[in-house]
Amino acid sequence: MAQIDPSNRGLRLAVRYAVLVLIAVIFIFPLVFMVVSSLKPDQQLLSDTGSLRAFLPVGDISLDNYAAAFQRAPVGLFIFNSVLVTAVTVVLALLVCSLAAFAFVFLEWRGSGLLLSIILATLIVPFETIAIPLLLIVNQLPWIGLDGFTTGWLNSYRVQILPFVADGLTIFLFVQYFRDLPRELIEASRVEGASWWMIYRRIVMPLSGPVLATAAILKFLVMYNQYLWPLMVVQEEGYRPVMVDLQYFFQLNRAWGEIMAYLSLITLPVLAFYFVLQRAFISSIASTGVKG
Amino acid sequence: MSRSRLTQSNRAGWTMALPGFGLIAVFIILPFFFAFGLSFTNQRLISPNPTEWVGFDNYRQLMGVGVLTLEPERDDAGAVIRDEDGAIEYPRLRGFTRGNPDYAHLDGMREWTSWQWGEDRVVLLARDVVFMKAVVNTLTFVAVVAPVQAGLALVLALLINQRLRGINVFRTIYFMPVVVSIVVVSLLWRFIYDGNDGLLNNLLSAITFGAFEPVDWLGNPDTALPAIMAMSIWQAVGFHMVIWLAGLQTISPTLYEAAEIEGTSRWQTFRYVTWPGLRNTAVLILIVITMQAFALFAQIDVMTGGGPLDSTQTIVFQAVERGYGKQDISGGSTISVLLFLLVLTISLIQRYLTRERN
Repeated sequence: MAQIDPSNRGLRLAVRYAVLVLIAVIFIFPLVFMVVSSLKPDQQLLSDTGSLRAFLPVGDISLDNYAAAFQRAPVGLFIFNSVLVTAVTVVLALLVCSLAAFAFVFLEWRGSGLLLSIILATLIVPFETIAIPLLLIVNQLPWIGLDGFTTGWLNSYRVQILPFVADGLTIFLFVQYFRDLPRELIEASRVEGASWWMIYRRIVMPLSGPVLATAAILKFLVMYNQYLWPLMVVQEEGYRPVMVDLQYFFQLNRAWGEIMAYLSLITLPVLAFYFVLQRAFISSIASTGVKG
Repeated sequence: MSRSRLTQSNRAGWTMALPGFGLIAVFIILPFFFAFGLSFTNQRLISPNPTEWVGFDNYRQLMGVGVLTLEPERDDAGAVIRDEDGAIEYPRLRGFTRGNPDYAHLDGMREWTSWQWGEDRVVLLARDVVFMKAVVNTLTFVAVVAPVQAGLALVLALLINQRLRGINVFRTIYFMPVVVSIVVVSLLWRFIYDGNDGLLNNLLSAITFGAFEPVDWLGNPDTALPAIMAMSIWQAVGFHMVIWLAGLQTISPTLYEAAEIEGTSRWQTFRYVTWPGLRNTAVLILIVITMQAFALFAQIDVMTGGGPLDSTQTIVFQAVERGYGKQDISGGSTISVLLFLLVLTISLIQRYLTRERN
């Protein structure tokens, strides 16, 4: 073997970094273009695409596109709808799925094994294959609300929330995590006369930080980015989430600057959130794979 | 004895599991079985007529295909008739597919594709040409995206798995598109792929010093689907990179040390240490990518609407167009059932091909 020549080693290191940077550019350039373009008037935006200026905030830079987007459509309302639906679903999902997993792991009851197998079997059913019959079902489901007894869930928040509260993957993640918790702790508390609810709330939940974060992040990504389902069940502006409105916004008027502003507006908070919690984001995706 | 009494609790167990199981039953299991049931009816979202049982009609309507060999028109002497350009003339297709009692099985079908066979012309017919194109496009998408994306994700994971200063910055960047909504990505790339001012055309023309002719990437039937494939891989590859990475990190470092002592080459180390350790990860990734690829919808809806010339029609897009757009719940459900069977079959085949061999 050749002696390790320091200059050779330095060169190899440089090549490695060059490859890494080149790939990074591929992943990053569309997003940089999006943000930079959102600051430019349409005319400049189009003429800049011919050069590196497309990626630089130069020329006539302003937040006018953002103001114009808000003026053209109730963007604030759509963002509110998305955030509300996402937040409520995430909170309910954490509660409902962790409770179910708790029952499956720590309690012995008739039917437990069968129910868990059925839930895990639903993992092979992609949502896209049940969306159409689900549309028929929600169109005929009853509801008791402020205006009395009604039929049909179309155009509501509940139709965007309730179908996604419980799912096999979230329950599976909690089950995996709970199985590694020390059973003796739970049994000892039972001996001391603690109720199941107390054990769930005072012992298991405080120990479940990592799995709660994982489940919350995965649910957040799914819910905030929902498209197919709200497209079918929400026609009224009042309940429309932001991802569905993007398409309407684009169809009505191809003002690219405003569109880029809209895209940036709903993407940058998520990216900021991701940068702050990137370790948690990445490990939550990884955890869907390791034990699966 | 005491242990079982302590943890045995039928009432508490059911109470805690019921909200979750109930929701899954109503919103996943029920529609799943509904899809099968509805596919044998003529159910519509809203209809004044009662629902009727139609047996396999929906399936026949979607999947009916036939082959017809057309022989050239001949004159009285038996010579082949040609038109002014010298092309062979054939009898009209309509004569076979519109109320011809001798070809009842082809009735109502339309031309899907055709090719030349000697002097004859072989025509492949389908009862629902758009759906057939959607199936072929979806299978093409899966067949390209699944291996390419899994492979690229593995390469990225191996790059990221190096011990280098600042490597986490690169991991963060590669993963970034995954947290961006596919709708946002699709709109953004519509601009990149634009035929006039598109970033990609400008970039290619700059690299080739203007020699590159601009392409309307999404407006051309030959490039639309590949363009969507490339974008989809760009968006999702970080997701699978992270799963590979998790798999790589489960491989014991002592194995690598042993390989180093043996003096194996880098390729041998990968072949005999890394790859065997990734077996389960590989199976999982292939199945996950396949399921995601079969669900292709948002990109199509935002970028092409199935066009141009149905070159980007997909199974899910068709299911939505019928089930929601035309309120034909039974037609949409039938497509959903076919999609499920397809996903299931391919997952089982993948599982079989990648099974542990003893």
